[in-house]
Amino acid sequence: MTNTSWLDTLIQVVIILAQSLALLVGLLIVVAYVLLADRKIWAAVQMRRGPNVVGPFGLFQSFADLIKFVLKEPVVPDGSNKGVFLLAPFVTCLLALAAWAVVPLDAGWVVADINVGVLYIFAISSLGVYGVIMGGWASNSKYPFLSALRAAAQMVSYEVSIGFVIVTVLMCAGSLNLSAIVEAQNTRYGILGWYWLPLFPMFVIFFISALAETNRPPFDLGEAESELVAGFMVEYGSTPYMMFMLGEYVAIMTMCALTAILFMGGWLPPLPFAPFTWVPGVIWFLLKVLLVFFMFAMVKAMVPRYRYDQLMRLGWKVFLPISLFMVVLVAGVLHFSGLAPGAGG
Amino acid sequence: MNAPTKVDPNVRNFQINFGPQHPAAHGVLRLVLELDGEVVERVDPHIGLLHRGTEKLIETKTYTQAVPYFDRLDYVAPMNQEHAFCLAIERLLDLEVPKRGQLIRVLYSEIGRILSHLLNVTTQAMDVGALTPPLWGFEEREKLMVFYERASGSRMHAAYFRPGGVHQDLPRKLVEDILDFIPPFLKVCDDLEGLLTDNRIFKQRNVDIGIVSLEDAFAWGFSGVMVRGSGAAWDLRKAQPYECYDEMEFDIPIGKNCDNYDRYCIRMEEMRQSAHIMRQCCERLLKEAGPVSAVDHKIVPPKRGEMKRSMEALIHHFKLYTEGFHVPAGEVYSAVEAPKGEFGVYLVSDGTNKPYRCKIRAPGFAHLQSMDFLCRGYMLADVSAILGSLDIVFGEVDR
Repeated sequence: MTNTSWLDTLIQVVIILAQSLALLVGLLIVVAYVLLADRKIWAAVQMRRGPNVVGPFGLFQSFADLIKFVLKEPVVPDGSNKGVFLLAPFVTCLLALAAWAVVPLDAGWVVADINVGVLYIFAISSLGVYGVIMGGWASNSKYPFLSALRAAAQMVSYEVSIGFVIVTVLMCAGSLNLSAIVEAQNTRYGILGWYWLPLFPMFVIFFISALAETNRPPFDLGEAESELVAGFMVEYGSTPYMMFMLGEYVAIMTMCALTAILFMGGWLPPLPFAPFTWVPGVIWFLLKVLLVFFMFAMVKAMVPRYRYDQLMRLGWKVFLPISLFMVVLVAGVLHFSGLAPGAGG
Repeated sequence: MNAPTKVDPNVRNFQINFGPQHPAAHGVLRLVLELDGEVVERVDPHIGLLHRGTEKLIETKTYTQAVPYFDRLDYVAPMNQEHAFCLAIERLLDLEVPKRGQLIRVLYSEIGRILSHLLNVTTQAMDVGALTPPLWGFEEREKLMVFYERASGSRMHAAYFRPGGVHQDLPRKLVEDILDFIPPFLKVCDDLEGLLTDNRIFKQRNVDIGIVSLEDAFAWGFSGVMVRGSGAAWDLRKAQPYECYDEMEFDIPIGKNCDNYDRYCIRMEEMRQSAHIMRQCCERLLKEAGPVSAVDHKIVPPKRGEMKRSMEALIHHFKLYTEGFHVPAGEVYSAVEAPKGEFGVYLVSDGTNKPYRCKIRAPGFAHLQSMDFLCRGYMLADVSAILGSLDIVFGEVDR
């Protein structure tokens, strides 16, 4: 008896490991091409060609970069706190990857289908800032230190409004489970029934806050090239630097996925009838994630960078009041119209 | 009455080196910044990392040999510098440049102005984080540098303006191509403005940043866009016309708020005005023929074909390229409205074939010294924005 339960547990663990590994490999390949896409889109806006030498259309560029980073000699500055210095990129990278455990790629395609999926992602991505702070502090260098200070302030200020945006979605969906949130958007109106339309202001705020959360322009104060050179990454090179980059792009993908799940119906087809329903849900999900990412890339190509105090002002004085007001508004509408899930109306 | 606030002696301001390897240091500037948090308390510019002793070197070269040194000052708009030096020599020699030579000089000075403003406007955008405008601007700069190359054989270090005129005449096709360049270029200006002028973030980063009052601007020896940004309609092309600028039709844009944003807008408008001047020059160049350089062969070397046939021309050629010409003793200050401001040459001649002294007045030098009072109290991110709007090129600051 005990023997079989032990075996069951082992099988469970092996299955989860296999699922995680499959997700990881898939995710990393997607990230490799998303990175290339980012550079290509950026290049197109700037009337350049972008990477086009390694492989056809530069398709192997990211892998060439990987090899380059890994084969380079890692330099650890003499005055740095070596343990923390090397830990920081791992923290960033691991946390970014860990968030994907709860992301449903299709109905039932999720490694950990936990009931507090949203809270989990929110918590994990909040922790991501520690990688930046640790890296900036442990470098024992002035520009990285300034960058660490900025990153700490910036992340906190935008997480508050992201939190409220998520609260409105939760009120509409009635669940913290990401799969349930997607299912709640499954109506006969298709694309018009997804939350981006009724919650449009929140969609915009979420997108902008996601830019801030992932340190993308115009909120890339942590690595502001024209001010802090490269911010917390100044002292990094070779594999640790690559881990930061990887973590950054995985975090961006997480935010794109979250946008797709919360506002764009996750794996649901845009129109709920024949030719669209034949396409596997994971394809729709990927397309939506890439669409959001395209917006990320275009924003990077077009906007200048906010100043530190202007960013804080935007976060605390503009987004926080708006999202707070919207929480009240959405709650009021749901309550008095009887649309609230579980209200019995 | 108030108890004096207790200052912890262990709390010090943060001091950082901004440059010389900083990506926003515009070359080799080193700023020592004292920061209180992110607020700038003191800016101490350290210069000299690109010092080449140009002024001293010029004293050991003949007048003709000294011309290329001026390309290497503000290497973003090389011919404008040559212009000031040639004007100084011509004034000492009392030499008249023929009309066609003047038109070509004005044409290429305005090309230089666009070259410089394009680089500055777009890098100012880059200093506040917009990475796309520089690439768009470089595309146009590339075309302009090809015009430089087609006239002089060199994209940057042209050595095209010579005492007495310009080195060679322009081919007709080149003038036509420059004329064809103008309409698409104005379109690119519109595109750049579309990306920046009304961009909220760009405005937030530039409006009311780096304010210079007109009194300050004059007191610190500012010139060019830096005084026009503060509201003075001061442009040497109008105030003290040289060459044929008095025959050209153009406007001088001025600013009202004296800030970074006004200076950006002025530079954008000046590029359009420059294009307008270029068009006028090209149209006249297509119609009017004539020599491009003074015909006094004691000063201007003969053409190569002539040299092969005429003994006298050969002698002139030999003398001019070995000994050079002698300039009557005297001293002169001549200035041009370079893209960055008043670029002046103070030339002292002792009657020999080499300058006794050549003092170069670079506008960037005067502008850079104001970094401290401009940046004090602003934030670290504003330092690079202000630096961008000052339009500093280290070739001329360090000389």
